[in-house]
Amino acid sequence: MSDLLLQTDRLRKEFGGLVAVDDVDFTVPTNAIVSLIGPNGAGKTTFFNMLTGVYKPTEGRVIFAGEDMTSKPPHAFTQRGIGRTFQNIRLFQNMTALENVLVGMHVRLKGNLFEALLRTPRVKREEAEARERARELLEFSGLRRRDDVIGRNLSYGDQRRLEVARALATQPKLLLLDEPTAGMNPQETGDFTKFVGRLREEQQLSVLLIEHDMRVVMEISDRVTVLDYGEKIAEGTPQEIQKNERVIEAYLGAAAVSS
Amino acid sequence: MRRRIAGAISGGWWAALGAVGLPRERWLALPRPARRAVKAAIWVAIALVLVALFGVWKTSALAVAVVVLLLVVPRYENLTIRGVLVGKWITPVAVLGLAIAYPYYLGSMPQVPIFGPFPAMSTMVVMMIFTMMALGLNFVVGYAGLLDLGYVAFYAMGAYMAGWFASSQFANRNVNLGAVGLYPGATGLHFSIWLVLPMAGIATAIVGVIIGLPTLRLRGDYLAIVTLGFGEIMPQIARNGNNLFGFNLTNGTGGITPIDGPGFGNWLDQHLHLPSNYLNAANFDNLFFWTSLVLVLLTIFTSARLRDSRLGRAWVAIREDEVAAAAMGVPLMRTKTWAYATGAFFGGVAGAYYASYKSGAFPDDFFFNISVFILCMVILGGMGNIWGVIFGACFLSYLDREGLANVGAWINGHFHTHIDVPLYEFGIFGVILVVTMLFRPEGLIPSQRRAAELHEGVHDEPLYDVVTE
Repeated sequence: MSDLLLQTDRLRKEFGGLVAVDDVDFTVPTNAIVSLIGPNGAGKTTFFNMLTGVYKPTEGRVIFAGEDMTSKPPHAFTQRGIGRTFQNIRLFQNMTALENVLVGMHVRLKGNLFEALLRTPRVKREEAEARERARELLEFSGLRRRDDVIGRNLSYGDQRRLEVARALATQPKLLLLDEPTAGMNPQETGDFTKFVGRLREEQQLSVLLIEHDMRVVMEISDRVTVLDYGEKIAEGTPQEIQKNERVIEAYLGAAAVSS
Repeated sequence: MRRRIAGAISGGWWAALGAVGLPRERWLALPRPARRAVKAAIWVAIALVLVALFGVWKTSALAVAVVVLLLVVPRYENLTIRGVLVGKWITPVAVLGLAIAYPYYLGSMPQVPIFGPFPAMSTMVVMMIFTMMALGLNFVVGYAGLLDLGYVAFYAMGAYMAGWFASSQFANRNVNLGAVGLYPGATGLHFSIWLVLPMAGIATAIVGVIIGLPTLRLRGDYLAIVTLGFGEIMPQIARNGNNLFGFNLTNGTGGITPIDGPGFGNWLDQHLHLPSNYLNAANFDNLFFWTSLVLVLLTIFTSARLRDSRLGRAWVAIREDEVAAAAMGVPLMRTKTWAYATGAFFGGVAGAYYASYKSGAFPDDFFFNISVFILCMVILGGMGNIWGVIFGACFLSYLDREGLANVGAWINGHFHTHIDVPLYEFGIFGVILVVTMLFRPEGLIPSQRRAAELHEGVHDEPLYDVVTE
């Protein structure tokens, strides 16, 4: 089982009477790119939120790198190595790009209140190194010379890039991207797809992707999982998914299959 | 702020030059010494006008010197000496110098129109104590963005710590740890005030953590309501604590009095001329003022250091978007609790110091309106900005102690009315607050970040079951 980075065991989430995620078993192997697709309202983002501790599952377990993470707080997930972005960008809008990335490093830094008060040599060194690393990350993410720009003043594409840079700053083993190419033009989408590929090659990351752009999904995914009404209806390689009747039905309606 | 004033002045300056037939180009074509001489002459003229108006040459000269320093010396904030940036210290050091010297030039200060005389020393002490409390609350409200309506609980806790450890409240225990000014045979716990201040701070911070752990899970309005409850519970305990299962903890409505004053004792008095006992000194208020200035400096130091640290960034991140902060690995409960504890610490120290100054801790001092009063200072001055909060605290506590009475006297004197202006104090503060929120929600001297948030709004959609810790 050592090649499974993330595993869910009959994961379930109910909001009142509504079953948003219905007993989903799911795995992400190490160093793989896995996509999660499904029509609007299929429960993809709810599923994501359970994988990062933002929602508590009603039932079931989340196992990350062999450790049961169910009902742990979000920062514990980050600590163990799950980084994420948000569907509707959630940057710290009034902090600079550099500060955003520095917040992402929070769990990897150690300086406490008393060291900060005394500004001990250790804290000074740690802060200087963190800033240096944050600059490198911004450059790696295509945000050269944007260090001191306030989050809200960045262009839309740059805000998406900054969200990824901030998630990378947490030094994740698994990166969760929630519709990263939403609102991007084809050129930007192409660049982004290459960037995700580079993350796997250069940083040995696993990536879990929620995505609506099927070209992106089919191009970079090793495996695809399809959710519909909270249920997992299909799982397999991109080629298998493209031919799967239940998937076509879920997207286009039953009539499309029978006719 | 400084830039805006400087901009207005330079605008007026060019207009005035144009009016006397010296447009910008011609003025700049003049040799530099000539321009300097003209400028100096103008400042001397202003000083002379001030002397003529108020008849006080010393203060006029001082005021002009400060104005010249702050506004005319170009870009002094970037001044470096041997590669070390010293410019940014000039304004703080100038303000601090003026504050330290205040008791010496207070007597020669002129009457200000409408507001009357400059604040007396006893008022200055109270202003400094409230500055400290407001800076403490700023950790919670300004940095971490948690609305705390019960800050008075920490103030009360600090005051009662002084009551317990520096008075005769517990008469069957006799301990004297460096206390000054005790009559022979004094009973009770008497710790030196220098010891009581940090003790009060730490005890209050612990209370802050205890209160915080169950309440900080709540968000926004719910947190405000629960803190409101704690702000009411503490004074009630103080009021009814004269018989807690047969034990007299707080002496009930009578309060605990007298409380020892600070002092350095006879040995230090003889060898270093440090005052042996503040309460016996002739310049009693001055000593309390300078000491409170030191406490305020410590609070400012802590505020600035923490603001620029890993913890400070985490506070701002929580304020901006709690869910994103949690997802980026900021432990919400722990980080919020630190903000609460730090704020509580300074509230406790200020409370203990105030109790020592007034020589008493009384339950009636800790009403809900004090919480609101301190919150007003933070909001009026500018949440999250150290200078703004200091200004707000000084201004509102000055109005409370002297300003409103002076303004009222002026109104009644000029319009032959009989309005008791201080009676309407909280109504007036309410109006100030409403006007601030309408026209300048970020406060008078805002932090840049806070201003942007209040004008554009923060992106913080509630998610209904965020797991905390």
